[in-house]
Amino acid sequence: MENGFSSPRSESFPAGLRVLVVDDDPTWLKILEKMLKKCSYEVTICGLAREALKLLRERKDGYDIVISDVNMPDMDGFKLLEHVGLEMDLPVIMMSVDGETSRVMKGVQHGACDYLLKPIRMKELRNIWQHVFRKKIHEIRDIEHHESFEGIRLSINGSEFSDDCIMFSGEDLTSFKKRKDFQNKYDERDYGDHSSTKKHRVVWSVDLHQKFVKAVNQIGFDKVGPKKILDLMNVPWLTRENVASHLQKYRLYLIRLQKENDLKASFGGIKHSDVPSKDTSGGFGLQSSIHTNQNDVANDRDQFSGSNFYGQDLDAKNHDGDREEIVLEPKPDSKKPLTADVPDPQDTRCSQMSFDHSSASLGSDVNYTEFDCSIPKQYPWSECPEVQSKQEHKLLLQLEDGFSQQLPCVPQHYIEIDQLQSGRDISSPIKNEPVLVRCKSHRESHISPKETAIDDFSVQPKSLTAYHQSFEPSSTAISSMKPQAVDLSCITDLESCQRNLISPTDSTFPPFNEDLTVCWLQGDFLNKNFGLPNMEFADYSDHGFVADIPVHLYDTLTSDYECPYDPTEYPIVDQGLFIL
Amino acid sequence: MELGQMQGRLAEFTKSLYMEGILDAQFLQLQQLQDESNPDFVVEVVSLFFEDSEKLLNDIARALDQQSVDFKRVDAHVHQLKGSSASVGAQRVKNACVAFRNCCEEQNVEGCLRCLQQVKQEHYLVKNKLETLFRLEQQIVAAGGSVPMAEMTF
Repeated sequence: MENGFSSPRSESFPAGLRVLVVDDDPTWLKILEKMLKKCSYEVTICGLAREALKLLRERKDGYDIVISDVNMPDMDGFKLLEHVGLEMDLPVIMMSVDGETSRVMKGVQHGACDYLLKPIRMKELRNIWQHVFRKKIHEIRDIEHHESFEGIRLSINGSEFSDDCIMFSGEDLTSFKKRKDFQNKYDERDYGDHSSTKKHRVVWSVDLHQKFVKAVNQIGFDKVGPKKILDLMNVPWLTRENVASHLQKYRLYLIRLQKENDLKASFGGIKHSDVPSKDTSGGFGLQSSIHTNQNDVANDRDQFSGSNFYGQDLDAKNHDGDREEIVLEPKPDSKKPLTADVPDPQDTRCSQMSFDHSSASLGSDVNYTEFDCSIPKQYPWSECPEVQSKQEHKLLLQLEDGFSQQLPCVPQHYIEIDQLQSGRDISSPIKNEPVLVRCKSHRESHISPKETAIDDFSVQPKSLTAYHQSFEPSSTAISSMKPQAVDLSCITDLESCQRNLISPTDSTFPPFNEDLTVCWLQGDFLNKNFGLPNMEFADYSDHGFVADIPVHLYDTLTSDYECPYDPTEYPIVDQGLFIL
Repeated sequence: MELGQMQGRLAEFTKSLYMEGILDAQFLQLQQLQDESNPDFVVEVVSLFFEDSEKLLNDIARALDQQSVDFKRVDAHVHQLKGSSASVGAQRVKNACVAFRNCCEEQNVEGCLRCLQQVKQEHYLVKNKLETLFRLEQQIVAAGGSVPMAEMTF
């Protein structure tokens, strides 16, 4: 190498970056290889997309970034992009001689982190390392969010939950952090989990994933949560957080696949009443399905509430992110839009903004519904065993209006929803009704322009209310469950609420958060509604929630969930989980 | 011819190629990529290009020769050729491809055949010119001299 870099990866960061170039044109392959070598990157060239995927799968952690042409004979570049994003979660750069805006847009929608026009200049290639670096930073931030989220959750012990916490703002965040520190003693164990894991990216190998899936199956989807999975998997170096995010991604993936199937099956224009603004390309069909299923879901919920699995989760993990996950899970979709708007997951506004996109939220709704109605079909999972949870996540993101997602945002979204649902039931653990009401009023006051939203809201609260009532008994278990159940229903509500919420203004967001949190947290979770923890909360919830929901639905719908790891099972479950 | 003269001729020749739009800045990039570790880089890339493009041209001709022309297929080939020619800086070939794609959109067989002719012509032209260029370079190197790095002064 003329540039004098002796050993890759040991010198200054960009040097030794492992790049995989995929292009059907041999001339370009040669040129790019040369150019990248000049940048002192480690280059692997590949003329076929399938070959490239094979290479990537063989060495999961063997590449840092992928550069791919858009037009390839054996596989569409966008498809490859999706696969890579989902399975390996690597940054992908698209290139083409065609620079039409629509093409570039498509690239972005599918998750490309950049789109280069051919002929490509050296200087453009020199800077591709930024995408790798950026991704790493975001991952770290995710972890940090988880950490602070936990802290916040712990710190909010109901008593701290107060009206003046409504204003979720920057200061709150700092106060949260302070409280977090203060509360450290409460949950050092959890903290230890997160604080020590400074983003070390876990590569989900096929084996690891198999273990994961097996564990999930063993536990039962309705009870699944990162902690349980982690324990079952018995992988010493794996942290709960790793499992949590993987679980979330997995769910997302399943949901996405489900969506695709749904679309293909063309659910048809069932009603989209509750999802007015949902116009995600992928989600459209889903929406219909969701709506139809909403009733089912509601019914399921009842059963669900009886089943206690939420409760189990809740009870089992007081401060466990699982519970939170439950609620949050639906949000992954919504998260997406959030992230698109606001790169910083910590920013609640982020979620607010994304709400506008609502499609994301709808997505969760949809997913939920999908689960109900379409569980038995499609088992995409079986097709791609190596699909990692990341895929789900990524897919999800791509599905949603093409907003590139950032997981962190989703949680926020979630949290807000929770708050909305919960209204502000700080004092009584099982007070969902007030929450609903609250939400409603909030909505009305804040979301003036969105009449539809309000309508949606009113409709939903009712269901929630009714739902709550079913939970009236105040056993801890129930109360724990309740939030769950509520969440389920809330999710749909939240979706619409969110949509509504988001559109009006960002400013309305904080108040909602407060409300939502109440509901969600019934016990220790009340803290959540500050919105600050949203991010982290969402993450937890996502995992837990998703798992829970589908299980719930799953139980209702099918009875043979206990089968051993079967790829087909997952799609079902996930779909249900995904709902939000 | 002495070395200095040869080098002068090469410089002039190269410049004319750029001026006439037969080559564009991409070719210069290729030349700049060449180094001691890869002294024949440009020649190799160009050879690859001609190999690939000839195949493409044949495919296009064949596709246009069908009873019922599959314009999508033709367009795909032309798009590929466009990308390829962009890789070596064969500007006129690339432009001809752009025009060709328009004909494909119109689904006009005669128009396409005409475009194909145009592309072939430009292709042939750039091929000849590059062969001359390489020959000149070889002569210089054989005479003990070095090929000056081209500069885009225009």
